[in-house]
Amino acid sequence: MAIRFVLLVNKQGQTRLAQYYEQLTIDERRALEGEIVRKCLARTENQCSFVEHRNYKVVYRRYASLFFLIGVDSEENELAILEFIHCVVETMDRYFGNVCELDIMYHLEKAHFILEEMVMNGCIVETNKSNILGPIQLMDKSF
Amino acid sequence: MEQLKTIGRELAMGSQGVWGSSKEFLELVKTIGEAKSKAEEERIVLAEIESLKRRIQEPDVPRKKMKEYIMRLVYVEMLGHDASFGYIHAVKMTHDDNLLLKRSGYLAVTLFLNEDHDLIILIINTIQKDLKSDNYLVCCAALTAVCRLINEETIPAVLPQIVELLNHQKELVRKKAVMALHRFFQRSPSTVSHLFPAFQERLCDRDPSVMSAVLCALYDMILVNVKPFKHLVASLVSILKQAVEHRLPKSYDYHRTPAPFVQIKLLKILALLGTGDKAASENMFNVLGDILKRSDSTSNIGNAILYECVRTLTSIYTNPRLLQNAAEITAKFLKSDSHNLKYMGIDALGRLIKITPECAENHQLAVIDCLEDPDDTLKRKTLDLLYKMTKANNVEVIVERMVEYIRNISDNHYKTEISSRVIELAERYAPSNQWFIQTMNQVFEIAGDLVPQKVAHDLMRLIAEGAGEEDEDADSHLRSSAVQAYLQILKEPKLPSILLQVISWVLGEYGIADGSHSAEFIIGKLCDIVATRPGDDKLKGYVVSAITKICAFEKAAGQTVDLIPECVSFIEELYASHSTDLQQRVYEFHAVLKLDRDTLASILPMDASCEDIEVDKDLSFLNSFVESALANGSRPYLSDNERRGMGAMTTLASNNDAGTSSLLRFQPYEKPSIPEPAAALVTASHYSQDAIDQHDIYSSAITVSTSSKAPESSSNDGTRLKLEGVQKKWGRPTYTPEAQVPKNPINISDSVKVSSSAAGKEASSRNSSAPPYTERKQPPQEISAEKKKLAASLFGSKAGDTKAKPAAKLQQNGTSKKAPAKPTSPPPPAPAPPPADLLDLSDSLPQTPSVDPVDQLADLISVDSSAATSTTSLVEQVFDAGKVATKGPSPQASLQKDAVSRQVGVTPSGGTNPDLFKDLFG
Repeated sequence: MAIRFVLLVNKQGQTRLAQYYEQLTIDERRALEGEIVRKCLARTENQCSFVEHRNYKVVYRRYASLFFLIGVDSEENELAILEFIHCVVETMDRYFGNVCELDIMYHLEKAHFILEEMVMNGCIVETNKSNILGPIQLMDKSF
Repeated sequence: MEQLKTIGRELAMGSQGVWGSSKEFLELVKTIGEAKSKAEEERIVLAEIESLKRRIQEPDVPRKKMKEYIMRLVYVEMLGHDASFGYIHAVKMTHDDNLLLKRSGYLAVTLFLNEDHDLIILIINTIQKDLKSDNYLVCCAALTAVCRLINEETIPAVLPQIVELLNHQKELVRKKAVMALHRFFQRSPSTVSHLFPAFQERLCDRDPSVMSAVLCALYDMILVNVKPFKHLVASLVSILKQAVEHRLPKSYDYHRTPAPFVQIKLLKILALLGTGDKAASENMFNVLGDILKRSDSTSNIGNAILYECVRTLTSIYTNPRLLQNAAEITAKFLKSDSHNLKYMGIDALGRLIKITPECAENHQLAVIDCLEDPDDTLKRKTLDLLYKMTKANNVEVIVERMVEYIRNISDNHYKTEISSRVIELAERYAPSNQWFIQTMNQVFEIAGDLVPQKVAHDLMRLIAEGAGEEDEDADSHLRSSAVQAYLQILKEPKLPSILLQVISWVLGEYGIADGSHSAEFIIGKLCDIVATRPGDDKLKGYVVSAITKICAFEKAAGQTVDLIPECVSFIEELYASHSTDLQQRVYEFHAVLKLDRDTLASILPMDASCEDIEVDKDLSFLNSFVESALANGSRPYLSDNERRGMGAMTTLASNNDAGTSSLLRFQPYEKPSIPEPAAALVTASHYSQDAIDQHDIYSSAITVSTSSKAPESSSNDGTRLKLEGVQKKWGRPTYTPEAQVPKNPINISDSVKVSSSAAGKEASSRNSSAPPYTERKQPPQEISAEKKKLAASLFGSKAGDTKAKPAAKLQQNGTSKKAPAKPTSPPPPAPAPPPADLLDLSDSLPQTPSVDPVDQLADLISVDSSAATSTTSLVEQVFDAGKVATKGPSPQASLQKDAVSRQVGVTPSGGTNPDLFKDLFG
């Protein structure tokens, strides 16, 4: 399993979206999120976008006030994950139109649906934006 | 103003249909978003939990309202609180007919429940029903849930349906079915092992997205077992070729790079398939060369592919030409200004040096820069690299760096990890015992109780064994320097227990050995040790044993020992200790003190921790006693077997066995099947005739006989080292006899030899060229000079060479190149096959489908993708310009968003957290 979690956290350290691909209890998640966010927030722009934490490697990218963090195992290509984060943001941007933090908060389930299409079982399954958004847009119409 | 707000609220209520959520929900999200502190957020969430608990129970909650409640529950859990009171409602919502509600229900369930939760069983039925749905989106929702919720036991309930869905007409369904099976493989490989052919069939699916899903599954399967998939190499190479040549639909592009994530996945798979397989690897060379040529090294994604390519090239059968390219790419990464690329470069270098160790030398300064970078991630990655390239000639510098690093971090996880590496390197490459002991002391001081007990035992053993039994002077020098070092360390406050244990043992064993410290002084120190850690029973045990030994040595040497008051009170206290082990130790101590000089010298001899304890199995020392007993008319001893054979004695013997068997089993000579040697003969007439008595006497005799040798072992039982049949890790191997023994332990050739024999493999090359090892040089004035020197010491030249001129370095590098010639050196490079061959091969693939599925599909999708690309390019333009352009593709939505934001009273200028509105790309 490559991707072990996806986290969206703002710069105050508040979680905006969390998806885990392995089983952790609420307390473990809470501790993990706190520690990782503290580490990432302490880093400067020109340090590299990867942080090791326990057995995870965390790849993170900051957009405006929001941090996107993906925890991966040691076999993963960090640079590719960094670009995958951008791909997720682009996809959200296409869906929401200039996506901002509040979009994700108001439409948490939509953000999750997008992620569900892109990552399954901890693997990147889809990066084709029309394939990702197609079913979600169809669903919106049916509502 | 007040009026405006009201109107806004009404409008917000009115927009409920579009947003699918009420004003209340928006309010909640807004307040959470604006919470200024964790405590405030906590308060909001707790209030929310209370209100939800009440309202979710109400009868006839409208379905849409319920969806909102459930999303609010998701928030509650996401923010770290328990929302289990609402799980059942999420489960219920999966029954809903409305697709959006159903999928939201599934989403909530997957977020709330793990696969072993009791409620899962309630969902299986719904999933089964949904898998049969005519609406493919319902199918997909169910399949997505399957990937998260089905555990090993429930797989059979859905497996047949999912296998059927592999042939569904919608590619989306096929893709998700593949992923569901992938998940089953992860959970329980045997359930889907019969489906390998189906997976391979889907690899040739006419839709690239299904194909790429199969790659995810294949990767995991190949990871487990390569063999059944070897025949796929040609097909996979051909798919990779198509991707690289831009023959997949444009919609799979990412920033004009053709299907990069598919390329990377394929490269990972090929790396597995090509490992140690020359034929398979040769199939790949061509396409790998292509990727190296085509990939854009100015973009992140291009570099990600290049890096993956380097990884593949370093794991498959080597091709010198491509490896050369890989080295160039690595060099480019390392020279880059981007920290990300440097990081990747360090990782790539770590892989390259496994195959071509000499390539590290070209990047010395880049590596040093990374090592000294303030970026912790980069630093740690570089330490990983150094760990991989440690050899006998650079171990000191590298270990010094690692020790320095762990000294400055507080994270226990990495402290443990890196200190265990330091220990490993030190054990393997230590240039001298002195250095080893110093290094270990540092590790103990810093990492303390994170270090495993075994390391402490090994260290004590090293001090006890010294450089070898042949050279007593060197050994005693080593020991007294250890004693000195430890007395020095003891001045520092707060030492970890494990280090104190080692110190206690060493002081007990060698504290007074060289005569420079009095027994009182050492005992005083030992008592001080205990005082620093009053509750540490294990440490107390070490200290009591140490004191016992010192007293015994003193008495054996004819001195009188006056225990200092601290020691007396310490010992007194332990008589009443809760620990029986401690009690036993003090009683032994007491007993030992009463013994006479000669007995003491034989039971606790000086410096005998390494001596084998010889057990006289024949009890020959009893011979005279036995003979006199026989002469006095006693009956000869009968062995157990002989006694069993005698009818009259049978019952007696068996009773006797039952009564004393546990006692007997502890005696080393007692081997049930082998009769006792005839030498041990005893007649019983001396004693009352029955055999039980005979045994009692016998066993007490044994106790006496062993006690003359054994107490030492019991006196320090935790620390006792098993020496028989154990090869030394460092120091001279016990099994290989050394021809020459140098007299001084820190003497040059000795230290080299020690390390070389430890390193084993490198022995011959090092012994011949070993230059004198001298002390570490002084820190130089200039930073650049320091770096150069560091580089020189890391990459092959010797630490003692203060000049480190380029010419000298080259020469030394030349010699050091020989050293890393590992037994696992790569097979001789295969000549690069002519590209034409491979082209032929890839074009005439028998395994691939006769018609190129991707090409077929390109036509099908082209309409779709052309529409998509127009928007993509728009987005790209916006990114390229680096500023926010007009609102995105759906201005209507953006307007609504703004409207609602105003309605709920949050405006970018007025809100407390204006960031909420900042476009992510802004």
